[in-house]
Amino acid sequence: MAFTTAMACRLIGRKSVIGARSMSSWWRNVEPAPKDPILGVTEAFLADPSPDKVNVGVGAYRDDNGKPVVLECVREAERRIAGKLNMEYLPMGGSVKMVEETLKLAYGENSEFIKDKRIAAVQSLSGTGACRLFADFQKRFSPDSQIYIPVPTWANHHNIWRDAQVPQRTYHYYHPESRGLNFAALMDDIKNAPNGSFILLHACAHNPTGVDPSEEEWREISHLFKFQVKNHFAFFDMAYQGFASGDPERDAKSIRIFLEDGHHIGIAQSYAKNMGLYGQRVGCLSVLCENEKQAVAVKSQLQQLARPMYSNPPVHGALIVSTILGDPDLKKLWLKEVKVMADRIISMRASLRENLEKLGSPLSWKHITKQIGMFCYSGMTPEQVDRLTKEYHIYMTRNGRISMAGITTGNVGYLANAIHEVTKSA
Amino acid sequence: MDSDSVFGNVVRAPEDPILGVTVAYNKDTSPNKLNLGVGAYRTEEGKPLVLNVVRRAEQMLVNDLSRVKEYLPIVGLAEFNKLSAKLILGAESPAIQEKRVTTVQCLSGTGSLRVGGEFLSRHYHQLTIFIPSPTWGNHPKVFTLAGLSVKTYRYYDPATRGLDFHGLLEDLGAATEGSIVLLHACAHNPTGVDPTPDQWEQIRQLIRSKALLPFFDSAYQGFASGSLDADAQSVRMFVADGGECLIAQSYAKNMGLYGERVGALSIVCKTADVASRVESQLKLVIRPMYSNPPIHGASIVATILKDRDMYNEWTIELKAMADRIITMRQQLFDALSARGTPGDWSHIIKQIGMFTFTGLNSKQVAFMTKDYHIYMTSDGRISMAGLSSKTVPHLADAIHAAVARFG
Repeated sequence: MAFTTAMACRLIGRKSVIGARSMSSWWRNVEPAPKDPILGVTEAFLADPSPDKVNVGVGAYRDDNGKPVVLECVREAERRIAGKLNMEYLPMGGSVKMVEETLKLAYGENSEFIKDKRIAAVQSLSGTGACRLFADFQKRFSPDSQIYIPVPTWANHHNIWRDAQVPQRTYHYYHPESRGLNFAALMDDIKNAPNGSFILLHACAHNPTGVDPSEEEWREISHLFKFQVKNHFAFFDMAYQGFASGDPERDAKSIRIFLEDGHHIGIAQSYAKNMGLYGQRVGCLSVLCENEKQAVAVKSQLQQLARPMYSNPPVHGALIVSTILGDPDLKKLWLKEVKVMADRIISMRASLRENLEKLGSPLSWKHITKQIGMFCYSGMTPEQVDRLTKEYHIYMTRNGRISMAGITTGNVGYLANAIHEVTKSA
Repeated sequence: MDSDSVFGNVVRAPEDPILGVTVAYNKDTSPNKLNLGVGAYRTEEGKPLVLNVVRRAEQMLVNDLSRVKEYLPIVGLAEFNKLSAKLILGAESPAIQEKRVTTVQCLSGTGSLRVGGEFLSRHYHQLTIFIPSPTWGNHPKVFTLAGLSVKTYRYYDPATRGLDFHGLLEDLGAATEGSIVLLHACAHNPTGVDPTPDQWEQIRQLIRSKALLPFFDSAYQGFASGSLDADAQSVRMFVADGGECLIAQSYAKNMGLYGERVGALSIVCKTADVASRVESQLKLVIRPMYSNPPIHGASIVATILKDRDMYNEWTIELKAMADRIITMRQQLFDALSARGTPGDWSHIIKQIGMFTFTGLNSKQVAFMTKDYHIYMTSDGRISMAGLSSKTVPHLADAIHAAVARFG
């Protein structure tokens, strides 16, 4: 039975020699881990006292005053939820309602695959969690397969598939000279990958480059999967639907092309950016299957992987999503707010490019407006980035990636000038 | 045309035994059905409960327009971590004051166990974990997927429906030096059988003498006896001797935050420097799993723990839940005594926490489900939280009939 406090005090008061026996720690050999390169940028920014400092490192949206934003539709959804519902465990596969609405966004409102119940889908811990669940699933059920990851990509992709113990290889993606897509090399690499390879594709707004294939190029990639290679699996990481062009349907084009061509794909979706739900960790992993029976089997196995990781996913963020997407007015409001965010970023791209051209920069900055989404791969070298930080208190990752969300009408002139200064003699 | 799915060979996984009970219960149309499967608290009216203090905290958060939804750091909400460590170790704990404890927010108890297990499999030298027999069904899966090899130690004695203390000491005594040992801090799941204070002290001495590494699963602090401090004594006893340990904390039951997935993993180390290095490595486990933990539940916990009035209000509501369960135990025991059901049923009031290991076998359980619409796990475990004064008689009838039929 339970302790009584008096007895407990008596026992704890006696310091046992046995406890103090081993003075050294089990963990004395534990090395300090390297700092996360992206999050380290924000830390340095916060520590900088300069009034001119600019943070174009962080991958979270900021408004034109540089402030984080909570969408109105989200605030309203939270007002409706608070105090109304209980906090019972969700099923292992998460909120059914939230998943249903989320599939509509990716596969299409009237998707036959949804009607035919061919999609195995579970709520996930945002995009990271969706990728990790899929990687674990790939390891378990396609144990001989490899994952092909574009160069460059979000750094955590490598960590995810490594921790899932899936061997990884890379494929060409970014073309530094043109600051665009290395389409020919990409196609070659996919063609030459062994049969049954898994290919990671960014559905839109590639992170970190902002370089996306054109619609025509997507069609050719899909065609390649269909006719020239055997049984490659296309896995889409879609973290920016709606956030890239302002139109969720348009941003899902790559996925729709693959679906039209009959591919059985997998998708990781995230509401971190497009609904501003970053810290709530809301997302969805889906796998399109041959039929309903297989979808049921696959879903049950995904749940088997989720159970020993976190048992069931968090309810709050899922409630926000299903409240918004399930209410036509709130959904309309959301679409409007997503477009506002996307438009602001697009206008900052235009403004930055314009400013640089006005300053008479000898370099071409066309890529700033050609690239899409939160990030711009500026083409600057690590040394130039270091100068930006040291001399101008501008913070970004050393690969030259600029987070457009950190740019405002207030700082775009200052930023353009600084970039011009460190690159004009390049 | 890829008509062949690469996942065509995937077979349907069996239902999770515990969560599967609720699935079956939901399908049953009988008005007398009783769900004693999953360990979630229910009121006397059989309804889920959101604590008043939790509702208040949530309202405060919603009304605070200055709050944003940015990513938490990888290790979670700093305030929450500090308060969680204090809750389990005691506010005056020397280990905390000496900065020897690293605490990271995780996804409830499950997530804390998994992250701790993954850390051990990468950095510890003895990759075997001993878990009690029986234990929560998810434990073996969590640790196996984390990369550890799972062994068991004797725990429950069916003959006494109590602790097999001799067996426990023997098995842990025979463990390879350095092995990891999973300990339920209080209210053992599924048996409700806990060691006495004296027994805990003997366990501690044995573990330290063999340099075994304790890993506490604390899912019921405050929920077992009604006292947060009393339910933490086993953990505090180990930390007081200056040794190292891991602790997985969950707020699912004691704050009723089940679906919000709030928990914390603490690793008590020998020095502050070691704790700091350990924390940096925990981040590398977390980042490729889910990047950073969910903010909502942790914010509710922090709001409550840091406010004296809300904290007190919480302890009162927590004690009320624990007391109701203790009352149900007494009522069930009395009901079986009144019916003259053969056998010794005193274990019902001796065991503690949400669950009772009735000692009923799977035949008896299946009978109770079929004829009395009682839903429970086939190992004979019942969730006391699912009982009310109104339904105790029905359960007593079912047990009585099952024992008579299959005695």
